[in-house]
Amino acid sequence: MSRSLFAFSGISAAIVATLACSPLAANAATALIKIDGSSTVYPITEAVAEEFQKAKKGAVNVTVGISGTGGGFKKFCRGEIDISDASRPITKKEMEACALAGITYYEMPVAYDALTVMVHSQNAFIKNLTVAELKKIWEPAAQGKLTNWKEVNPAYPDLPLKLYGPGADSGTFDYFTEAIVGKSKSSRGDFTASEDDNVLVQGISSDKGSLGYFGFAYYIENQKKLKAVGIDGGKGPVMPTPENVDNGTYSPLSRPIFIYVNQKSMEKPEVKEFVEFYMKDAPKLVKEVKYIPLPAKVYTGNLEHVAKKKIGTVFGGENEVGLKIEDLMKREAKL
Amino acid sequence: MSAKTRDLPAVLQLEETRRIIARHKAWDRAFGVLGLVALIGALLVFATLLGEMLKNGAAHLSYDFFTSFPSRRAANAGILSAWVGTTLVMLVTALVAVPLGVGAGIYLEEYAAKNLLTDIIEINVTNLAGVPSIIYGLLALGLFVYQFGLGQSIAAAGLTLALLILPVVIVATREAIRTIPQIIREAAYACGATKWQMVSHHILPYSLPGIMTGVIIGLARAIGETAPIITIGALTFIAFLPQSPFQSEAPFLNVEWLSAPFTVMPIQMFNWVSRPEADFQANAAAAGLVLLVMTLTMNAVAIWIRYHFRKRIKW
Repeated sequence: MSRSLFAFSGISAAIVATLACSPLAANAATALIKIDGSSTVYPITEAVAEEFQKAKKGAVNVTVGISGTGGGFKKFCRGEIDISDASRPITKKEMEACALAGITYYEMPVAYDALTVMVHSQNAFIKNLTVAELKKIWEPAAQGKLTNWKEVNPAYPDLPLKLYGPGADSGTFDYFTEAIVGKSKSSRGDFTASEDDNVLVQGISSDKGSLGYFGFAYYIENQKKLKAVGIDGGKGPVMPTPENVDNGTYSPLSRPIFIYVNQKSMEKPEVKEFVEFYMKDAPKLVKEVKYIPLPAKVYTGNLEHVAKKKIGTVFGGENEVGLKIEDLMKREAKL
Repeated sequence: MSAKTRDLPAVLQLEETRRIIARHKAWDRAFGVLGLVALIGALLVFATLLGEMLKNGAAHLSYDFFTSFPSRRAANAGILSAWVGTTLVMLVTALVAVPLGVGAGIYLEEYAAKNLLTDIIEINVTNLAGVPSIIYGLLALGLFVYQFGLGQSIAAAGLTLALLILPVVIVATREAIRTIPQIIREAAYACGATKWQMVSHHILPYSLPGIMTGVIIGLARAIGETAPIITIGALTFIAFLPQSPFQSEAPFLNVEWLSAPFTVMPIQMFNWVSRPEADFQANAAAAGLVLLVMTLTMNAVAIWIRYHFRKRIKW
């Protein structure tokens, strides 16, 4: 008995020693900023948080979680987090939840994302697709019926059409269906859906008749395996490039993405400092994580809105397609 | 031997018997081969996985990898907050699950009356061991995170995983106690021991190797759990550490760390795997290797304890 107790205490001592030697932080007065929400916005916020913590040398701690845009707003409207990452504007339901809890907020666009439509890298017959063709492919009526490229257009070869896209919980799915089919979440169901974009990359790059869509950052990292398609929204085909997004021609598949900041949290000096840091470094960091920066005056405009206490959303609970960011900044915000 | 064989002359009878034996031996060998193939198959899968992880991840295993926080740049990213989080969560899990599980096991084996209620408890404990871990996560989200107000903290995660492995610890404790012969109990009573003296002087020490093995296997399961931890809301980016459980001034221990936000190894891996840059895949493989070594070490300790302590128990 005694020897086995020795061994047990020996093991416990080893665990304790490991913990004691681990370089645990010890400052109790450290301020904490809590951020959660969209996986699309996550890379940007993560980059800002990393740089901010470095700049503050540990005086402020920042945590960033991934719960999805919807999950993030749920926590945000319960007052559990200071900032919510969102790949779409706040919805009516979420606005009501926030109002009920007395949560007021600032809405800040932080970058553009370009939804990119891709085909197999050796696909020679597709260079561009019109919005009408995309609608024909993705609308609910196509389910089970439109399964071959020649049915999209008789000029295309006889090749089975294999579709890939994000799952129905994704903000990307919401925006794409809104922009292409005309109604949010209205899509055919017989496509390979995954929340993990790497799975979609694998699928599209291994299937000759594939077509799929996801955010620009994942396309850029996998350019060799995929072929991006130009989108014709009525004014001729436009390729998804930072320039075309910036000048507004890559429409309707480019969208702004946001952070929402709790107004009460904004009164805390560390959160205010973080948001100012975010807006100052965003142009550089957004580019680094492969998103497209907004015009510089949008970032300064966001801070002006804080100074003028312009709280609420400019969308009124609706997701809109093909907006000009300049018009967005001029609109009246409402709670 | 069949009736037909019995009617044959002696020589032929012998022939027939030999044939039957040969046939059965062939089955014997066939099953042996089948078993071996199954074993090799399992080992090959494991070896391939391990080889793939070594190939991708081994180069990333450096001192910096263990002492760096996560980063957007794959080359700078490390697992410091993840392994510290995992260790602290496991500490809470062990501190909660071991006393509760061992206590419940001893009660059920030595104290509980054999009646319907005990039977129902037993069936439920066994069933709990088979409940998917995400269910525990949902329970913990409602109970620990919101009802008890623990929030997304190390304490909440530790308690969740403790619940998850509690049935494993209870079952292991009971199995270990059952291997102790009844005569030990009778002998203790014969010497005038009370029930508690019998349990604390004999049952507990003799079953300790079995109990510890069960505890460690339970912890090894808990260390790789992702689903319940994601459900209660572990974080993905966290570049600071909780306060140390030990401090230089009295009372030397502090409990601040229990309420700290945290991340754990499997979540860090999951995050890296879902990134677009290929370099992060290598980081994930390296983190996988670390997690694998952690689990294997725990299992090795379990085997060592079983071997070392069982050897000395002679009845």
